[in-house]
Amino acid sequence: MLVEAGHFALALALGLSLIQFVVPLWGARSNDPVLMAVAPTTALAVLGCIAFAFFALTVAYVTSDFSVLNVVENSHSTKPMIYKISGVWGNHEGSMLLWVLILALFGGVVALAKSSVPARLQANTLAVQAAITIAFLLFILTTSNPFTRVIPAPAEGQDLNPLLQDPGLAIHPPLLYIGYVGFSISFAFACAALIDGRIDAVWARIVRPWTLGAWAFLTLGIAMGSYWAYYELGWGGWWFWDPVENASLMPWLAGTALMHSTVVMEKRDALKVWTILLAILTFSLSLLGTFLVRSGVLTSVHSFAVDPARGSFILGILIIFIGGSLALFAWRAPMLRQGGLFAPVSREGALVLNNLFLATACATVFVGTLYPLALEVMTGEKISVGAPFFNATFLPLIVPLLLLLPLGQTLAWKRGNLLGTAQRLYAVFGIVLLATMALLAFRHGGPVAAPLGIGLGVYLVLGSLNEIVTRSWSKEKGLSMAWRKAAGLPRSTWGTFIAHAGVGLTVIGIAATAWGVEGLGSLKVGESLRAGAYEARLERVTPRVEANYREDVAVLTVLRDGREMGTLETMKRLYVTRGMPTTEAGIMTIGLGQVYASVGEMQPDGSVGIRLYHKPLVLLIWIGSVVMALGGGISLTDRRLRIGAPARAKAAPVAAVPAE
Amino acid sequence: MTRKQRRLTLIGVAGCVLAIAIGLVLYAMNDTIVFFNSPADIQAKNVQPGTRFRLGGLVKEGTVVRGSDQQISFEVMDAEATVKVNYKGLLPDLFREGQGIVAEGVLEQPGFFRADTVLAKHDENYMPREVADTLKKQGHWQGEAQAAPATQ
Repeated sequence: MLVEAGHFALALALGLSLIQFVVPLWGARSNDPVLMAVAPTTALAVLGCIAFAFFALTVAYVTSDFSVLNVVENSHSTKPMIYKISGVWGNHEGSMLLWVLILALFGGVVALAKSSVPARLQANTLAVQAAITIAFLLFILTTSNPFTRVIPAPAEGQDLNPLLQDPGLAIHPPLLYIGYVGFSISFAFACAALIDGRIDAVWARIVRPWTLGAWAFLTLGIAMGSYWAYYELGWGGWWFWDPVENASLMPWLAGTALMHSTVVMEKRDALKVWTILLAILTFSLSLLGTFLVRSGVLTSVHSFAVDPARGSFILGILIIFIGGSLALFAWRAPMLRQGGLFAPVSREGALVLNNLFLATACATVFVGTLYPLALEVMTGEKISVGAPFFNATFLPLIVPLLLLLPLGQTLAWKRGNLLGTAQRLYAVFGIVLLATMALLAFRHGGPVAAPLGIGLGVYLVLGSLNEIVTRSWSKEKGLSMAWRKAAGLPRSTWGTFIAHAGVGLTVIGIAATAWGVEGLGSLKVGESLRAGAYEARLERVTPRVEANYREDVAVLTVLRDGREMGTLETMKRLYVTRGMPTTEAGIMTIGLGQVYASVGEMQPDGSVGIRLYHKPLVLLIWIGSVVMALGGGISLTDRRLRIGAPARAKAAPVAAVPAE
Repeated sequence: MTRKQRRLTLIGVAGCVLAIAIGLVLYAMNDTIVFFNSPADIQAKNVQPGTRFRLGGLVKEGTVVRGSDQQISFEVMDAEATVKVNYKGLLPDLFREGQGIVAEGVLEQPGFFRADTVLAKHDENYMPREVADTLKKQGHWQGEAQAAPATQ
């Protein structure tokens, strides 16, 4: 009964979304406050309906209701409770339901933000948001209904894909979707501004927190996905330049650019047309990602079901929204008034450069991801574009951006002085140079890339810290005054420092992978294998039986210079229901590095294949990403951005202008 | 600087970055792209030894030989030809005799392929999409009926 009610709630949400689309648009056009006020009310009602539908599906999963096809295909009564709940979105239909739930959630929050968003902008924005909701609800109801029943109901389900039976499934998709779908709000605001034909610094101030929030969640989602792949797939890699990963990286790059260009627009009323275009492109790339991942054009753990009808439906959505918004842009953008002027060497100029590099890097990822698909469609030739391509195109575009980052952050608005800025960074240059030379000297013949990359990372951390120091420290006033001044800096300045330092930490982690070592061998009990300074000794191999799988556990003792560091377990599992084997890596964290072991097949002679890695500083890759997201979060708490915060009568003095 | 000069500076810088990016992409397209070939394609396309590519096909039953120190050799076949593959490392979880695989590596001499990666990308029928397409093209595909609900 609840399942049917859930299905009905989805249909109801579709009807309400139609109202939310038509009435507010009409209201904004005819300047009728009553009609415009329909937008927030219906947005909240749509949210309620979709949340109820999601709840109904969750209940079906939790109670193992095998009369629902979706539950039969993706659940099992012996599955642990956490995977019953997260299994709701561990399949095509459920994940699309989560997609629209988050879409509606953002609509609901915009609806509640009455005090900070002008009524007309809100009405238009929610109408655009409703259009997206309509498209995806139609998609779910016509091609991917999660509430389909099976009669007669089977006694047992087919279990969830074993690779997805991991706590990562509970965290990675929701975070990623909040990011992905969150950009729909920036998109809706951009379209609303185009429909209205008015756009100014106020618009940028309203849109910025949404972009910032979505960006922070997308950062966390990507980092979580990367760490999950790292420990679950057993290959020891953390980024494969797989099309599915690129699908999330492209909106992230565009979103990062958008976040920075909105700052210019808010502060200086410049880059309007570009910012609007970026907002449209960012969400278009989110939609493209959804298409790539959900339509089955790629084979990966993310594409659950290959159904041509679904692929063409999402392609249709893609064409309508990207084409429609770009057409709207082409029609309306020329009407936007030119904004403030700035010299090429200035904070604005630096941010333009930031956007240029990010957008170009994003374009190379786009080419690398879509070229193989296009080539296959046109010529039938199958190719694969992997890490070598992206190392040759993406890296040369990102490294200059990172080198310029601390300089740009230090430049003054409107007209900057490059020499003066460089002088403020002299101390940083000195320390970084010394550190890099020291690393190069002590590298013992290792690759040159690692010390240089780490130097770059250190430069990023110190360069952004420098901004805080120079703005609070002065010789005469002393340390206590410096503390007080630093504490008094705007939150967005701190957010910028923390996010940029996070970039530095991630760069250090990535660079240090060049120091990674690995060993491979067949071990019998008592034998050991070496990877760099670390050694692993096979203690025993024991079978173990759990509720929905059985496994062979290889227990290894990790040694360094003959000293025992502890033991780790790596497993070969067999999930009984699907008959599918998986490998679980054994990981031991030592400081910021990890010793990582994965087990291969059991040989007839009683030995097992073991691959052992030592990955120094590898945790910094993900710690850095979390720090980046944290920086975004801290910027969000800045008083100017707080949703519903009373607007100040006078603009803040220029000295307190934060540095993004 | 006038507004016009500023705009020209901006366009100039943007043009430079774009030109560099296009250059990098074109250069990388020549150098880093890996083609997919089935065993039959190697002869048909006259692939020279030393070429790096992805080889896809079925692992021939009874050809998997495990040597010492994780050395593994097996034969990959399609309907028309067979190639012997040497690989050192751990095989993916779903490697089976008689099932489809994709291996990336270098053709050492005609008929001998040295793989450095064996990929585990496939659906639940243990069939990589590229391999399925090859078999369909050669008219030897039988798995259509079970292939429909493909998970993973």
